[in-house]
Amino acid sequence: MSEAASVAAPDRRSRLTAAPAGTLVLRAGVAVVIAFVAVWVSYKAFGDPRTFVIVGLNGLTLAGLYFVVASGFTLIFGLMRVVNMAHGSLYMLAGFFALELQTTLTGGEATSAFGSSQAGLGDWIIPLVAASLAVGLIGLVMQQLFLRWNQGQELRQALITIAIGIIIADQTLAHFGGIAESLAPPDAFPESVDLPFSNLTYPFFRIFVLMVAIAVGLALWAMIQRTRFGMIVRAGVDDRQMVSALGINIQLVFASAFFLGALLAGLGGVLGGTMISVDKANDTQYLLISLIVVIIGGMGSLAGAALGALALGLVDSFGDVYLPAGYTNYSILLIFGLLVLVLAVRPLGLFGRPA
Amino acid sequence: MNRVNRSALTLDRALWWGPGLLLVLVLAVAPLLFTDFYLSQVITKALWLGIAAASLIFLAAYVGMVSLGQVALYGIAGFTMANLVAADGGSPTAWNPWPATGVGILAAVGAGLFIGAIASRSYGIYFLMITLAVGVLTYYFFGQVTQLSGFGGVNNVTRPGIVSNPVTDPQNLFYIALGVSAVVYLFVRYLARTPFGLALQGVRDDPSRMRALGYNVPLLRMLAFGLGALIASFAGIISVWWNTRISPGSVDLSRTIDVLVIAVIGGLYRLEGAWVGAFVFAALDNWTRGLDIVGQRFNTVIGAIFLAIVLLSPGGLMGIWQTISDFLGRQLSGGPPARPTGAAGETQHATDSPQPS
Repeated sequence: MSEAASVAAPDRRSRLTAAPAGTLVLRAGVAVVIAFVAVWVSYKAFGDPRTFVIVGLNGLTLAGLYFVVASGFTLIFGLMRVVNMAHGSLYMLAGFFALELQTTLTGGEATSAFGSSQAGLGDWIIPLVAASLAVGLIGLVMQQLFLRWNQGQELRQALITIAIGIIIADQTLAHFGGIAESLAPPDAFPESVDLPFSNLTYPFFRIFVLMVAIAVGLALWAMIQRTRFGMIVRAGVDDRQMVSALGINIQLVFASAFFLGALLAGLGGVLGGTMISVDKANDTQYLLISLIVVIIGGMGSLAGAALGALALGLVDSFGDVYLPAGYTNYSILLIFGLLVLVLAVRPLGLFGRPA
Repeated sequence: MNRVNRSALTLDRALWWGPGLLLVLVLAVAPLLFTDFYLSQVITKALWLGIAAASLIFLAAYVGMVSLGQVALYGIAGFTMANLVAADGGSPTAWNPWPATGVGILAAVGAGLFIGAIASRSYGIYFLMITLAVGVLTYYFFGQVTQLSGFGGVNNVTRPGIVSNPVTDPQNLFYIALGVSAVVYLFVRYLARTPFGLALQGVRDDPSRMRALGYNVPLLRMLAFGLGALIASFAGIISVWWNTRISPGSVDLSRTIDVLVIAVIGGLYRLEGAWVGAFVFAALDNWTRGLDIVGQRFNTVIGAIFLAIVLLSPGGLMGIWQTISDFLGRQLSGGPPARPTGAAGETQHATDSPQPS
């Protein structure tokens, strides 16, 4: 069954969404842009390989964080066609909640601005688990109370999640203050690692985030491709009514998927809060990141989310450093450019399929 | 059509136009009725917020494109204008405010056409997401690029002489905002009856059928988005005149959501709803600022109201009024309902986001 689906999908995709405007000129233009970027990056890389390695690793680890957050967003959309506009708010809530919990557990000693200190392993793991589960539960309640009876009304559901997102973000700032601070990473981790073939060191926690992202990606892939639950999810994406007609409790699947998607936002919030910081602008920032990752990758596609996160992370990180001096503050235009480039060729994203 | 029905129709029209005319009359003499503070901080603000919401409602109601990029577009108009004229104590290359206003509007329309060209091949919820992403990117752009704004924004923007001081002498700006609102409203109502407007409504209802009829659907949607940008740019310009400044905070996500909330409170599929929603919003904003409990938590209040409206009355206040006027029309004429497809029908139809097929 899974083989049949994976064989049929690419065929249908290419036939229906081969961009009508994907003329030779457009494709040539895209190719020229990509070639130019490649030449520019390799020119800079040969000029200063050490910077290239560090910036590249920054991009990869950032991509890891983006993937964890966006995979939850795309999971929910893929199954239920719900654009969870509260995703950024959930991310922010998890970060602040975990920070508060860690401060309580350590008596306020471990956390200082921007991660210069470390906490005990439990003082990091407990906030991580508690915040992720709490945010997952909030997502579940949100779905059961407000979204379940509006199934199929995409716009209305998006508006509902926007409203809930506003309330969550506002209440988070009301309760936790909203001062930018970062969680202390566990002291069981080394602070930094030596990179092979060079005398460079790199913060270990960022590598750890990348490893978590890869683990999350593999686990989600295995879950979707190899388990009964995943089979129901895939069938639900294609034909919800048929699945429930077969006697499967699709509502249970929806609820679990929403819980999992929100939980991933929470996990991302704690990881990002440790790797970078928690901040009162996180809600906007991570909503934008989730949106861009899935617009680039294609809504509902896990591989698309991985590719989108990678593209966004690398552009984000190289853009700040590799733009000509004096223009680095225009780096946001590169992200806009990335979006334009992808949408010009594939309106539904790289791995997108028509609904 | 029999006689009963015709009288019901007239009554029905009266129930729509009566309150509308009354409102316009009250507005025309508003400077006599309200304090300067209220005139400026609530009514004028509501008028330009209404124009911004009208650009959203125009796209949603007539073309079926729910865009969250309208605030970014009005920001582009506002920032362009503010950067060209003398601000922050003057610059040697300052322009006269009027050409700067024109260029600001052109910049917004240009940006609208460009964004429209990219986003117009996406439909429904995808379109909403793309415009939202572009809108938030615009916010970050103006926050980062200190040459154009930076997070402090552009302050003490020179306004055309006719605007005078919006705080001490708010009348002129009020009448400008009122006039522009009226022009926008009448223009969109007129446009809806032109062949172009009808084609747009065809695209809203069934893009693939329009394509089969030979219409260039992406082009129509792109042009509509450019028109939406034109309307939004008016709001941007007036907001800069009203604030005498513009900053990335004027185009951030919460402002985008404010405009969406206004449109939804008013009724996402009725053009009049833009200003109705904006008045409710501005009055509520002004009122709650005085209350201790909600003063700092305005967003929670507005979020809760927004949620209630979306859950209970998707047609917004205009939808509620439509239901009431249908009911009154039925009661007074004693005949059958004049409009079998009332608010419920319209909302139902419009909530289905068209999908490409």
